[in-house]
Amino acid sequence: MMAKPYFRTVYDVPREEYLAPGHGLCAGCTAGTIVKLLLKVAGPNTIVVNATGCVEVSTTPFPYTSWKVPWIHVAFENTAAVASGIESALKALKAKGMIDPAKRINIIALAGDGGTYDIGFQALSGMLERGHKVMYVLYDNEAYMNTGIQRSGGTPEYAWTTTTPVGKILKGKVQQKKPIAEIVAAHRIPYVATANPGYFADMMNKFKKGLEVEGPSFVHVLQPCTTGWKFDPRYGIVLARLATETALWINWQQEEGQFSVTVSVPRRKHVKHYFELQGRFSHLTEEDIEKIQKEVDLEVDRINKLVGRTVIGPLVE
Amino acid sequence: MESVLKVTWKRLPLSTNFAIAQAVKDSDVDVVSAYPITPQTTVVERISEFIANGELKAEMIHVESEHSAMSAAIGASAVGARTFTATAAQGLELMHELLHIASGLRLPIVMSVAARALSAPLSIWGDYSDVMNVRDTSWIIIIASTAQEAYDSVIQAYRIAEDPRVFLPVLVAYDGYAMSHTYEPVYVSEKSDAFKDYIPKNPRWYTLNPEKPITMGAMASPEWFYEFKYQQVVAMKNALDVVKEADDEYGKRYERKYGIIEEEGVEGSDITFVTYGGLYGTLKESIEELRKKGEQIGLARIRLFRPFPSEMLADIAEKAKALVVLDRAITFGVNISGPVAREIISSLYARGIERNVYSFIVGIGQRTVTEKDIIAIYEKVKEMLASHERQKESIYWGVRE
Repeated sequence: MMAKPYFRTVYDVPREEYLAPGHGLCAGCTAGTIVKLLLKVAGPNTIVVNATGCVEVSTTPFPYTSWKVPWIHVAFENTAAVASGIESALKALKAKGMIDPAKRINIIALAGDGGTYDIGFQALSGMLERGHKVMYVLYDNEAYMNTGIQRSGGTPEYAWTTTTPVGKILKGKVQQKKPIAEIVAAHRIPYVATANPGYFADMMNKFKKGLEVEGPSFVHVLQPCTTGWKFDPRYGIVLARLATETALWINWQQEEGQFSVTVSVPRRKHVKHYFELQGRFSHLTEEDIEKIQKEVDLEVDRINKLVGRTVIGPLVE
Repeated sequence: MESVLKVTWKRLPLSTNFAIAQAVKDSDVDVVSAYPITPQTTVVERISEFIANGELKAEMIHVESEHSAMSAAIGASAVGARTFTATAAQGLELMHELLHIASGLRLPIVMSVAARALSAPLSIWGDYSDVMNVRDTSWIIIIASTAQEAYDSVIQAYRIAEDPRVFLPVLVAYDGYAMSHTYEPVYVSEKSDAFKDYIPKNPRWYTLNPEKPITMGAMASPEWFYEFKYQQVVAMKNALDVVKEADDEYGKRYERKYGIIEEEGVEGSDITFVTYGGLYGTLKESIEELRKKGEQIGLARIRLFRPFPSEMLADIAEKAKALVVLDRAITFGVNISGPVAREIISSLYARGIERNVYSFIVGIGQRTVTEKDIIAIYEKVKEMLASHERQKESIYWGVRE
């Protein structure tokens, strides 16, 4: 019997705000939504380490800041290492009585896909292996959006970016998206989850869980990007939901080795509904889309087998 | 009157690496993050032993690279922990990006560097190429010449770094191998808390504290960035006095002090040699021979490379007819390619002092420098001086062209 989730409806969301308005994220950006909800879960006893990226530059143009909790940015590739240092230091200072040993301080590492899949991967793996009690939150907008939409290890196959243009021979990214959450799970840390802001309560419960476990946790959040994905700014959350409704993005968690799908999809939608709203996929032919649909069907089978029952249902629309 | 704690010393045979580890223990460091690299490795091995035996209460972070070593040190220091790391050569280069960030965030991290040549070709042996590359990062750079001085300098480094007039990281360098692996008698404190009044645990720098949240490492636009950098210029200027005070106070309490520049016989000398690190020992021995023949030779050892003691160097130059600078690193593509020689020339220019400065490159990749070399260099300089020859280019001593 699973315990009832802590966050179920919008009424469960704390009113306190720890991300001040007035930041410079794009209109329609879902990163602000994710971070705002993340901080509501974490509360004031939190230190955030932020990698270089959209969230970092948009929230801290000196002399202003949007952060009501202590926040540090050091560089692009080392978020996990900085967080490791903070965690170890708090441990040492508690042991020496320089800070109250009973005080629980959340340490959150926050980075985008470039800072996680690519340049920050080594530091992340090191932090996981050493077992620092840090929650690493990856906001994945599937390209280097801060530098102007260049492909990353998190960019999906076929997606247009400025470095995977749609040309006469090559049409978008040739390679597949790196399965980062599974790679992280292979480190056998206590908690790994995928989430998206379209299912905010599910996402917030995962943040809560990630902060509670004794050891490293990793929450991989899909972050629709109006600028880079080329969609109408009002569709950010619609797209986040569509990603899950089409099973292109499955919300799962692995807690102490136990894998489960937290958002089941009884009636699955065709991937074309997700693609047709985004300019980055506008070059896809019907054959391309059908090819992707077949790949998704196979992945759905694999997941259902892994869970042992049908959590992602058949294609109905 | 502040009471001066009487320290009981014990004399131990220690390599400079072990002396550094001992100093880290006696500084009651909270967090050590480091990655193995020759010839530094035995520093962190020894620190690990201290922690394993409960002699030092600290968290050791076994990072997966030097880049992460400095990153973790930054994180630890940013929450108020006394933090240490150690590296050399390639490891220091891998950290380079973060050296600027550590100083820009004004974090009082202390790092030791067993100075080593830089690849390629690969050389694990000593020279100062790695340390000289730190020059423009706004780190305070102390270069020790004995294991004892390295021990004392690490302890002093925390006092300097954590001084509110400074709040900058400090690098303590010494010769890779020639010092890192050579045993010398070193006086270390019998008790680990001997320095607790000299370097009290009282983090005064800005830290990440949920009770008083701040934003560290924000983005600065062209309207703001310059002022941040200028504050580092001021802090570096202040550091010169703070280094001196820290050394004086150390001398008062513990009866050992080094000054900013160690000098000897510079008054009225014909030629004054200037160098840094372990080479000073060889230099002293060699000069004894020459002095016996009645030569007027001065000796100066720069203990502080950043901030550079320009005025003190100018004073020393004024007392001599000429200076010979022995550098153990090359700055490529300029005529005078010894990093310290260049600093001295600009120091003299600023004071309007006309002196011949002869720049010699020696000991690159630990090419041996013997007494014979020093004597031959001296003879060569005497010749040049007699013929009023101005040096147009550094002399690459002993190289096979």
